[in-house]
Amino acid sequence: MELIVIGLNHKTAPIEIRECLAFPEDKMEEALSTMHALPSLKENMLLSTCNRVEIFAISREAEKTVQDLKHFLSGYHNLPLKEFEKSLYLFIGEEAVRHIFRVASSLDSMVVGEPQILGQMKSAYTIATESQTSGIILHRLLHKAFHVAKRVRTETKISNSAVSVSSVAVELAEKIFGTLEQRAVLLIGAGEMSELAARHLVAGGVEKILVTNRTYDRAVTLAQEIKGEALRFEEMALGLKRADIVISATDSSQYLIRHDQIAKVMKERKQKPIFFIDIADPRDVEPGVGDIENVYLYNIDDLQKVSNENIKDREKEAQKAEAIVRDEVAKFVAWHQSLEITPTIVALRKKFDQIRNKELEKTFSLHPNFSEKERKSMEALTSSIINKILHAPLTRLKRTDEEAMTDTYIVVLTTLFQLSEKSGEED
Amino acid sequence: MMNIHFFKIASLFYLLGTLSYSVYILLLKESLSKLGATIVTIGFASHTLALVTRYGEAGHTPVTNLHESLSFFAWMIIGVLLIAHLKYKVKVLGAFLTSIALILMLFAFALPKEIVPLAPVLKSFWHPVHVTFAFLGNAIFTLTFCCGVMYLIQERQLKSKKMGAIARRLPPLKVLDDLSYQSLTFGFPLLTLGIITGAVWAEYAWGRYWAWDPKETWSLITWFLYAAMLHQRLTVGWRGRKAAIMAIVGFMAVLFTFLGVNLLLPGLHAYSNW
Repeated sequence: MELIVIGLNHKTAPIEIRECLAFPEDKMEEALSTMHALPSLKENMLLSTCNRVEIFAISREAEKTVQDLKHFLSGYHNLPLKEFEKSLYLFIGEEAVRHIFRVASSLDSMVVGEPQILGQMKSAYTIATESQTSGIILHRLLHKAFHVAKRVRTETKISNSAVSVSSVAVELAEKIFGTLEQRAVLLIGAGEMSELAARHLVAGGVEKILVTNRTYDRAVTLAQEIKGEALRFEEMALGLKRADIVISATDSSQYLIRHDQIAKVMKERKQKPIFFIDIADPRDVEPGVGDIENVYLYNIDDLQKVSNENIKDREKEAQKAEAIVRDEVAKFVAWHQSLEITPTIVALRKKFDQIRNKELEKTFSLHPNFSEKERKSMEALTSSIINKILHAPLTRLKRTDEEAMTDTYIVVLTTLFQLSEKSGEED
Repeated sequence: MMNIHFFKIASLFYLLGTLSYSVYILLLKESLSKLGATIVTIGFASHTLALVTRYGEAGHTPVTNLHESLSFFAWMIIGVLLIAHLKYKVKVLGAFLTSIALILMLFAFALPKEIVPLAPVLKSFWHPVHVTFAFLGNAIFTLTFCCGVMYLIQERQLKSKKMGAIARRLPPLKVLDDLSYQSLTFGFPLLTLGIITGAVWAEYAWGRYWAWDPKETWSLITWFLYAAMLHQRLTVGWRGRKAAIMAIVGFMAVLFTFLGVNLLLPGLHAYSNW
C-alpha cells in the first residue's frame, strides 16, 4: 500500500488553473465519495485552498490510482487533462509523507510560516473523516502532520515571520493613520496571506473591507467570510478611491497598479494618504508608486526587513524546521513499514516467544532439580499453548479476502502488544 | 525685583522638565512624561507669578523690551503645551516645546532685565490686547512648527521603510497632520486679531492704522503665508509633507517678524535699549 499525493499549488499553476480545479467546501463530501469509489483506492482526502489543490490517497496500485485521480480531476472539473497535467506534481511513499508534513508546517506556503494552512488542513481532514473516506493510515498520517506542525511552530521561529509580517503591517498602518478605526481596506486577490493580513487589520479596528478578485465569485466568498464587500475586478478603481489600505496579492505577471493611475487617484482622493501592501510575487504594484506624495508602499520583503527578521536567521530557522520534518518522516515511515502483514506476524511470534523463554527460565531457576525430560515437556507444553492461541488470529490475518480489515488488525495488534517500538511515541 | 526670582525658578523647572521629557523619549517610560508635565506646570505657575509681580512693579503689561517679550513668548508656549496635553496624546511634543521655551528663557535671562517705563503715548488698553493675541498666535504657530518638523522626520522614516527607534517614538502621521491643521485654525485667527488690534492701537497712539513699518509689513507677509496654507488645505487638500514644509516656512516668517525685524530693521517696534 502506497501513500500518494497529487496536486498543484501556487508555484506550479497559475491562479486561473487553481481556481478551475478548486473544490468548493459544500461539494467536498460528494467529491470525496466519488473518488472513494475508485477501485484502486483505499483512503482519500482533499485539500483545497486558494493556493493549492491536493489529493492525499492510500492506494493498492499506485500507478493505476494516479491515472484514475488525474482523470477524476479532469472529469469532475470538466477541464481537459492536457490543460493542467504539466502543473501537477506527484509524490509517492516517503516523499508524499514529507510533502504533507511540509505543507502542514507551512514550509510550502507562499508566505512561509503563515498559520492558516494548518487550520485548512484540519478542516479538510475533518470533512474526510465525516465522509468516511479516510482510514487508519490517513488518520495516523494527519495526526502526525499536525504534531509536526506544532513542533515546527514551537521549536522554530518560522511562524513568527509570517505573523510578524502582518503585525508589522498593522504597526505601519497605525504610524500612518493613527488609529485604524474608520479605515477601509481593499484586498486585491483573495489569498491566504492577504486574508491573514486583513484579519489582523480587522483585529486592529479596521471598519470596512473591500474584496476584489479576477474571479468575482471568489471575491464574494471571501467577502462573506470576513464580512466585507465584494467588488468586481473592473471596479478596482472605485476601491482605490475609497480604501486607505490596499493589500495586493494576485499572481498577475504584470503590474496591476501603476504610477500614473495612482497619481490620478491621489488627486481624486484630495491627497488622503494611502498605504499599499504588496505581498505578490511578482509584484503587483509598480515600485514608482511609492514615490508619490502621501502614498506609502511596502512589499513583502520590506515588511520582513522591518520585522527584524534578517535573512540569515530565517534560513537557519527553515533548516531547523526541515530537520524536524526529516525526523518525523523517518518515524512515520518506520511505523508504516511495520504495517506489512508478514513483519507483524513475525514480530508477534517473536514477542510471544520472548515471554515464553523468560518465564521458562524463571521456572527452571526456581526448580533446578527438574530433569531433562521434565524440561523438554514443559517447553513443548508452552510452545503448543502459544501456537494454539495464535492459530486463529494468524489464519485470519493471512486471509487476503479481508484486506479491508487487515490494516485495522495490524494496528490493533501492534498497539496492544507494543510490537513497534521504532515507530515513535503514540498520540 | 521679586519677578526675577520667580523667573529663575520657572527657568529651572523648565530645564528639569526638558530633562524629564528627554529621558522619557529615550526610555519610553510613561511616568517620566507625567513627571515632565508636572514639573512644567509648576514652572508655568512660577512664571505666571513672575509676570504678575513684574506687572505690579512696572505698572503696565510687561511686554515692552526684548527680555520681557521673550519671557512672555515662552510663557505662552508652555501654556499652549499644557492645553495641548489635555487634548492630545502627543507626549514627545513636551520635549520639543519645553526646550524651545527654555532656550527663550535663557536668552531672556542674558538680556537687560530693567523695567523700562512705557512712553505715555503707548499706554493704552490696546497694548495688552495686542501683545496677547500676537504672542498667543505665535506660540500656537510654534506648535504647528514642531508638528511640521516631526511630520517630515516621521514621513522620511516611513518612506525609507525604516521602522527604527525614531519612527517608534514619533506620533503617527495622521495625528501630527491633524494637530498641525487644528493649531493652524486657532493660530490664524489669533494672528489676524493681533494685526488688527495692533492697527487699532497704532491709530490711538500715532493717529494712523497702517504705515508699512517693517514690523507691519512682515506680519502681513506672515499672515499671507498662513492664509495661503489654510486656503490650500481647505480647497486642494494640501496636507502631509507640503503642509509640514509650509508650517516650517511660516514659522521662519514668525521668527523674523518677531526677532529679525526688531534686531535688523529700524522701526517703531525696535527695542532700542536692550
